[in-house]
Amino acid sequence: MSVIRRAFTEDFTIYRVAEIKPELLEAIAAGERIELDLAQVERMDSAGCQLLMLAKREASAAGKTLAIVAHSPAVQSLIEFYNLAAWFGDPLVVAAQ
Amino acid sequence: MDELKQVFLQESNEQLDALEALLLELEARPDDETTLNGIFRAAHTIKGAAGMVECAAVESFAHVVENVLDRLRNHEIAVSTELAALMLACTDQLRVLVADEAGVADLAAEEIQTRTAGLLARLREFGPGGQVAASPKPAEPGVQRIPAGHAGHTCWHISVRFGPEVLRQGMDPENFLRFLETVGNIRHIETLADGMPAAAEMDPELCYLGFEIALESAADKQAIEDVFAFVRDECRLAILPPDSKVGDYLELIDSLPEDSLRLGEILVRVGALTADELAEGLRAQAAPASPDSAPEGTPIGEILVARQVVQPELVAAAVAKQTQVSEKKAHDAKLIRVPADKLDHLINLVGELVIAGAATSLLAHTRRDGELIESSSLLTRLVEEIRDASLQLRTVQIGETFNRFQRLVRDACKDLGKDVELVISGGETELDKSIVEKIGDPLMHLVRNSLDHGIEAPAVREAAGKSRRGSLSLNAYHDAGSIVIEVADDGAGLNRERILAKAVERGLVDPDAHLSDREVYDLIFAPGLSTAEQVTNLSGRGVGMDVVRRNLQALRGTINVDSHPGQGTRLTLRLPLTLAIIDGFLVVSANRSYVIPLDAVVECIERPVAEHDRNYFNLRGQVLPAVCLRESFKLPGERPARESVVVVQYAGQRAGIVVDRLAGELQAVIKPLGAIFRHLQGIGGSTILGSGEVALILDISALIKISGQAEQRLLARPEQRSA
Repeated sequence: MSVIRRAFTEDFTIYRVAEIKPELLEAIAAGERIELDLAQVERMDSAGCQLLMLAKREASAAGKTLAIVAHSPAVQSLIEFYNLAAWFGDPLVVAAQ
Repeated sequence: MDELKQVFLQESNEQLDALEALLLELEARPDDETTLNGIFRAAHTIKGAAGMVECAAVESFAHVVENVLDRLRNHEIAVSTELAALMLACTDQLRVLVADEAGVADLAAEEIQTRTAGLLARLREFGPGGQVAASPKPAEPGVQRIPAGHAGHTCWHISVRFGPEVLRQGMDPENFLRFLETVGNIRHIETLADGMPAAAEMDPELCYLGFEIALESAADKQAIEDVFAFVRDECRLAILPPDSKVGDYLELIDSLPEDSLRLGEILVRVGALTADELAEGLRAQAAPASPDSAPEGTPIGEILVARQVVQPELVAAAVAKQTQVSEKKAHDAKLIRVPADKLDHLINLVGELVIAGAATSLLAHTRRDGELIESSSLLTRLVEEIRDASLQLRTVQIGETFNRFQRLVRDACKDLGKDVELVISGGETELDKSIVEKIGDPLMHLVRNSLDHGIEAPAVREAAGKSRRGSLSLNAYHDAGSIVIEVADDGAGLNRERILAKAVERGLVDPDAHLSDREVYDLIFAPGLSTAEQVTNLSGRGVGMDVVRRNLQALRGTINVDSHPGQGTRLTLRLPLTLAIIDGFLVVSANRSYVIPLDAVVECIERPVAEHDRNYFNLRGQVLPAVCLRESFKLPGERPARESVVVVQYAGQRAGIVVDRLAGELQAVIKPLGAIFRHLQGIGGSTILGSGEVALILDISALIKISGQAEQRLLARPEQRSA
């Protein structure tokens, strides 16, 4: 089983989502298990969150696993606020400061 | 003013500063995406923050500004000088509105409204962002619902599907939901993205999100609806009051695009319905409806299984624990905002500590107690460190003050039809906050003067063989215990003849007087002297330079002018690093103690009796003026056989101060002199010695000036010297 680990450092915001989307889809296409490291993502807005939801959905539809293995405080806070923690199903790990 | 509002005011002002800086940057580089995005973000943050504190005036205005910025960002309109100017005006207006919210605005309410209306009209020209969205009514005391007390049904149910364009318009659903928290307590949120198309079609900049929310709130329906006022036209919103009939929920389910069964589950999860109610309702509904539109069968078992899958309680508990941990960490990293008066109090205490420490040390020395001397010297060292550390707390970088002038220079250039580049260097130089606060106005005068009088119009510059673009530089650096700030331009320089003529006309100098260049240039600091032929709104009224000098003197600072005709003018400001405590060098004349700031001391030498009557002395071949304290202060008593000279340096000039005796270094806590001593020349303040005795602190710059003036007068009149 091929595991792809991809770390993002750019903001998951409306300003960047257009660039991030193809990168995410590429990662999903390349591996069976896709691990996203979002510990360095300083900001995330609804557009970013929505994009993550798309990635999760696409991965599941293709029978693959997408896991967010590290959350920055911004990512974690929004996912919690939107009550999506269970939906994503990843353990929320506080990134080392 | 409550705490939230105070934070809002502080943060909006920070954001406005950032916005202004970015707008100026944008003007220089109109194609820079990062800058554009930064501008947009700043405006957006201000709007969001205003919404949180229900400051409708700021919020609605910022909204319109943001709309225009959005078009700018999408390249629907181009960056133009006019637009940049309008945006800067809007920034100013936002500042006024924010100040008005705090009750500290300088303008009358009508004036503010007129301006807002004027700017809104101008903004409308730049696209569809013109119309002002209805602002939410601030905290209207609405009709309170009496809680029905029916378990599970005490919450409002809000169902919202955001329109695809909201994200592009800079309205993030998150903000609305966060704002909703100010109206009530969000019990449960379910986020839906069912409307999201397949990956290939999905445009990440469109919004496909919908939410089902259970809100515990005492507000009325209008108040809840107002939360979504900005997106009211862009979203599908349904608000069901607590205790709505099951039928209403089913109607809601029917009206929404998502699959009925899935929505039903969500409502159960949100807590709006019980599973039984839902199943019953759907069954009842399925019977009369046509078979293809109703969900097939709707087995209760499926719903229950769906509920089991989620196990929200377990996740919630784990998440709550994590949140506590992360919040604590975030807290640790934060800066602390401390009221300035608390710091001042600390500095005062440290000052007293320094005096008390000196007294102990003196006592130890007079008792000749070796152990006590040793322990007191350790104490002295620690006190010194505490002193430096606590003074450090109050220092800030001067860069922020400098950057404020970008805007001033830009605006003044537009007004005056000049082209000037502001060059800033040494912005990281640190100095005491209390000085920074007081230096802003004098600096502004100097910058304005340079722009108005110093730098010529582009055509004139070209004719003089200079580049069309003028240059104004602000520079700061540390030098010998003071901070030096330079304001230099490459303009026409000071006009010696005109200043002199004007001064004679005003009766400030005698027409026959021979003045050196330096003395003439110093005249610009005389009250009521302006050489500008035309009074503009920037300067030329003849007030200013004298005020500048007075302000600087109040800070124990000095100002010097250096000018070359046709090449420019350089104003050099020297300020002490701190106003509170200095390292001093104690000297004694006629049994009185004086303190010389240690930073100014270069060396000490002995003075032979033979030279007692001269007002100069020879330092390894260099002739320096000598100032005798006994003579300057007319001290009584005989001069001792052996005198000492303390060689001091200030602003590049050296001089010797003749004293009876040297008494070593000390820390001096500066106590300002009372108003009656204000005209005393050569004394900068006083301090209390460890013995309780009062010592005067010498103002080296004034002493050097006194000695220098005598010299210059001699140089300017060669015929007298030869006579």
